[in-house]
Amino acid sequence: MAKRGGIRILDGNHAAAQGAKLSRVQVIAAYPITPQSPVTERLSEFVEKGELDAQYVAVESEHSALAVCTSASTVGARTFTATSSHGLAYMHEMLHWAAGARLPVVLACVNRAIGAPWNVLNDQQDSVSQRDTGWIQIYARNNQEILDSIIQAYKIAESVYVPVMVCYDGFVLSHTEMPVNVPSQEDVDRFLPPYTPHTILDPANPRNYNLVTFANPRVNAEGVLCHGYMELRYLLQEALQNSRETIIKVGQEFGEVFGRSYSNTLWTDRLDDADTIIVAMGSLVMEATVAADTLREAGHKVGVLGLRVFRPFPKADVVKALEKSRLIVVFDKNISYGLEGATCSEIKSALYGSSLRAAIRNFIVGLGGRDVKARELVDAVNRSLASVKEGDLTREYPEWICAI
Amino acid sequence: MGTRDCRHICGESSPAIGEAGKTGEWRESFPVIDLKKCVVAKQNKPACFLCWLYCPDAVITKTIPIQIDMEYCKGCGICAQICPAHAITMVHEQGLCLDDMD
Repeated sequence: MAKRGGIRILDGNHAAAQGAKLSRVQVIAAYPITPQSPVTERLSEFVEKGELDAQYVAVESEHSALAVCTSASTVGARTFTATSSHGLAYMHEMLHWAAGARLPVVLACVNRAIGAPWNVLNDQQDSVSQRDTGWIQIYARNNQEILDSIIQAYKIAESVYVPVMVCYDGFVLSHTEMPVNVPSQEDVDRFLPPYTPHTILDPANPRNYNLVTFANPRVNAEGVLCHGYMELRYLLQEALQNSRETIIKVGQEFGEVFGRSYSNTLWTDRLDDADTIIVAMGSLVMEATVAADTLREAGHKVGVLGLRVFRPFPKADVVKALEKSRLIVVFDKNISYGLEGATCSEIKSALYGSSLRAAIRNFIVGLGGRDVKARELVDAVNRSLASVKEGDLTREYPEWICAI
Repeated sequence: MGTRDCRHICGESSPAIGEAGKTGEWRESFPVIDLKKCVVAKQNKPACFLCWLYCPDAVITKTIPIQIDMEYCKGCGICAQICPAHAITMVHEQGLCLDDMD
């Protein structure tokens, strides 16, 4: 039986710090940046007060923060870092490194817009821009999911040896307080076993890790044929391809221990009879649910599909969830400039080869902290419904909900 | 046969001679030492050993006379450049002295 956790009123950053603490992280290295700073402050307090037995390494940059985490992870420590926006961009090189080295680092990305021009408010351009670095990306809709996802992230990362980024919207979640069930340490210990590294630096058995690796396989000094660069990169792709199963299994196990199940890569709301489906990611999913309420009241059969896992992209799950739709309206808090919102592209890609011929409309919303109101989503869906004609499946470019 | 049998999931090796293969195969020219000019050999006692010190692949021994491990010498020519007695000459793998190629 689960030992009851305590309900506390926490903002998203405090929930993230609690998640890391309950996961018994051993090394924390992070550099403060708005809106992530309170995560680092909380964790350093925990360490300072002796509530968390961890090394808090003060670093001079985000690049160094992740370098510390990858190094500590290599020697067998459970590591945590958190950042936002320009900080995540500055980590870019080390993001590739952590994934290529197959180190189960967990990173909380507090989603913030990226310059120019300067902006400290929320959108998801920062983490979406890092989607090709080989990290698993999980998006939270609320503060409970932030805490729960971080604890799950360690179990996922340490099972498949792929780093995990837990993303949550800056200010909308990071600085907004809401009730969060904080599990007992005893239950978390029951759920999350200690980290078993695949690497270990031991003076008695010295190893080289991630040294110069040639294009072709090579025979090592022991006469064993070893991977070339491409084989190692294939294994990273294979690990992400296969990680869906682990993500779902871990989500189920989490439900068994804590009573909150995460056994899907997606959040779905009223899809059973929906012919119009709103797609969103992060806290925007909650706003979309409010919009769906209004649209339902007006007689439209509207459902919501929330992307919880963005990498690995859950293609089969997305296709299944959308199979009854005739109109898909995708709201993106990011854009791949010159094309469209990233999640819209991925949904189109997932649907290729399926028998579904739904119309797709893409709206860019909420960049740089622009408030996204449920009624704006309702208007966008109504406009999309009006525009759907036979054969008019898609538009060349997305529509922006802004004042231009 | 694939490479999965090595069971690595990241770049990994032991610090051992030959771990990167027989790197001497990369060589385009090789060092030839003239012991009549080499200070160590001439004096028959430890002397400059600058070639041993400068060799980036540590294939030159600090012995009398020096010896060069041709399995791993990549032919960079630093030993020939650094030798104060000009005792080392780089010779092209096909037998042509580099100096003759000018």
